[in-house]
Amino acid sequence: MTSHSPDTRVDEARREFMKKSAAAGVIALAPGVTLMTMSSEAAAKADPKKRWGMLIDTTVCKSGCDKCVAACKAENGWEAKAGSPTDPQWIRKVDVKDPKTGFAMSLPVMCQHCANPPCVDVCPTGASMKRADGIVLVNRHICIGCRYCMMACPYKARSFEHHEVPEEEKAPWAPRGQGTVEACTMCVHRVDAGGIPACAEACDKGAILFGDLNDPDSDISKRLASGPSYQIRADLGADPGVRYARLP
Amino acid sequence: MKRIHYSLLEGRVGYYATLAILGAIAGAGVLAAWYMEHHGHIVTGMTNQIVWGMPHVFAVFLIVAASGVLNVASIGTVFNKTPYKPLGRLSAIMAMAVLAGGLTALVLDLGRPDRLIVAMTKYNFKSIFAWNIYLYNGFFAVVLLYLYTQMSSKFQVRRYYKAAGTLAFVWRLILTTGTGSIFGWLVARQGYDLAIYAPMFIALSFSFGLAFFLIMLISLYRLTERPLGNGLINRAGRLLGVFVAAAFYFVAVQHLTNFYAAEHQGVEHFLLFGGNVYSFLFWAGFVLVGTIIPFVMVFSKSAKTSMKPVFIASLLVVLGGLSLIYVIIIGGQAYPLVLFPGKEVSSSFFEGMINPYTPSFPEIVLGASGFAIAALITVLATKVLPLMPKSLADADVDPHLVIKDADVVEMKKAA
Repeated sequence: MTSHSPDTRVDEARREFMKKSAAAGVIALAPGVTLMTMSSEAAAKADPKKRWGMLIDTTVCKSGCDKCVAACKAENGWEAKAGSPTDPQWIRKVDVKDPKTGFAMSLPVMCQHCANPPCVDVCPTGASMKRADGIVLVNRHICIGCRYCMMACPYKARSFEHHEVPEEEKAPWAPRGQGTVEACTMCVHRVDAGGIPACAEACDKGAILFGDLNDPDSDISKRLASGPSYQIRADLGADPGVRYARLP
Repeated sequence: MKRIHYSLLEGRVGYYATLAILGAIAGAGVLAAWYMEHHGHIVTGMTNQIVWGMPHVFAVFLIVAASGVLNVASIGTVFNKTPYKPLGRLSAIMAMAVLAGGLTALVLDLGRPDRLIVAMTKYNFKSIFAWNIYLYNGFFAVVLLYLYTQMSSKFQVRRYYKAAGTLAFVWRLILTTGTGSIFGWLVARQGYDLAIYAPMFIALSFSFGLAFFLIMLISLYRLTERPLGNGLINRAGRLLGVFVAAAFYFVAVQHLTNFYAAEHQGVEHFLLFGGNVYSFLFWAGFVLVGTIIPFVMVFSKSAKTSMKPVFIASLLVVLGGLSLIYVIIIGGQAYPLVLFPGKEVSSSFFEGMINPYTPSFPEIVLGASGFAIAALITVLATKVLPLMPKSLADADVDPHLVIKDADVVEMKKAA
């Protein structure tokens, strides 16, 4: 007898199916990239006992004054041509007016360094991250440029690099590159070296007070304890680290 | 049901001509992506205000449609509807093809598409995007398994056909929930931040997917001159009508809910009654072309005797669907972020302004190439695997679908 049982017969259909679907199923991933990890040195400087923040005295901030913006541009090497919808803006002056009362004021808006940052929640790769000391950053080495963080940020604090950034414009402490997202770093390079952010330093009215929100003896904590302060869109529960002495 | 015989796609000249056309469109998409990658997104219409553009409109449409395409197989497997069973193989392969088309458009639009490997190796599990990467990859695996259980000649494998089909059905529901939640979980934007996005996207996937499947099915059978029963198409067409109505219901509830809250009336006025491209695409595109007209067409008398109404209705559902996704994605960003509710604002960063968007040619080509890639994979697959039943004539699929000749004559007279 040469006949064989159905059980031992080669499953031709399966063999064919496997062969063809395997051939079709090969997915060519993007060429491997060399991943650089965040500088462990910088991460080591983030003290989990601290929470860096700012108090902006909007009672003295004047419309038309943009010294904080200019200082940020000079410090971090970004430029925004007037009217360009694609140029980055790490910090901007916003004029706000109550149409019912006519009361108007001006204030700087930058990354608010939230305790519960929506940008960090949505980032698929973890490029958008919060340091132990509360500073929210983009790890430019693993940002894939999906812009989901820009969709999620309630403060419009983030910008996408729409074109190549010339090498001479890049500051060594503020890596910027085409196709990735960037924002205010709270001048983390200065803070880690014991300094204060460029915007706070540049404000000749002393309207931007920088300090450790967790330290009850810091100037910022004392000021916050002595009077009211407000967060933009506090209702969202993101708990920004940037507070304002007055909001419209 | 008679035993269904499957065979490979026939044809040489027509087949290669189709491949050439679809390949050229897909190739143009890759070129467009290369151009965007080379020069940066400055060559697109996207800005720091409109951060997601045309590639996302096409990609989201296709990703949503992909899970809906699989419904055809699920209706046969999970819900035991005889007429849909012969369509299971085609439905499964097409679902994977459409998902591949959508994902290609999506990942080629990344600012750093070369870092796709990062998205595959580094995960933030609080991100619905990261979960979606698992859901999309898992979809390919689950549907491939499902297809295998459908096609195997071994009983030991085929016995798991229903289990695999059920798994694929549940998986696709979770997948579309994930896609809808990309928008539903955006807390800061006036047009998003609604739980209804997840079920709404599921309802939309039912209608987009079935419409896409019917266009492909009718085209493939017409081009290869295989028998295709009008009863089958009519029945699927009427189901499309039900899906279109369900999708409309969810969209209506979404806007009514948002409209009810005073804080969201600004964005709703803007999208629905702004006299702009968004209100036009919503009413003329989605409501009229994508809902009312196809709904009437699939239930019309002429749909009982001809496939044309269902074919045209399916095309209209796709057009209406693209219109709606445009309104959701672009319209949602065009309306400015509200930092100071009730206040007038101005800044160098276009605070409080309606953000303009004009899609550039490369980004439209990249988006549209997703459709070509989906069709290309489907055609290639049908050439190498026996996915298409030799005959989908009503008598071969389900005798209940056959309309008596006398009825047809009567209906033609009435028409």
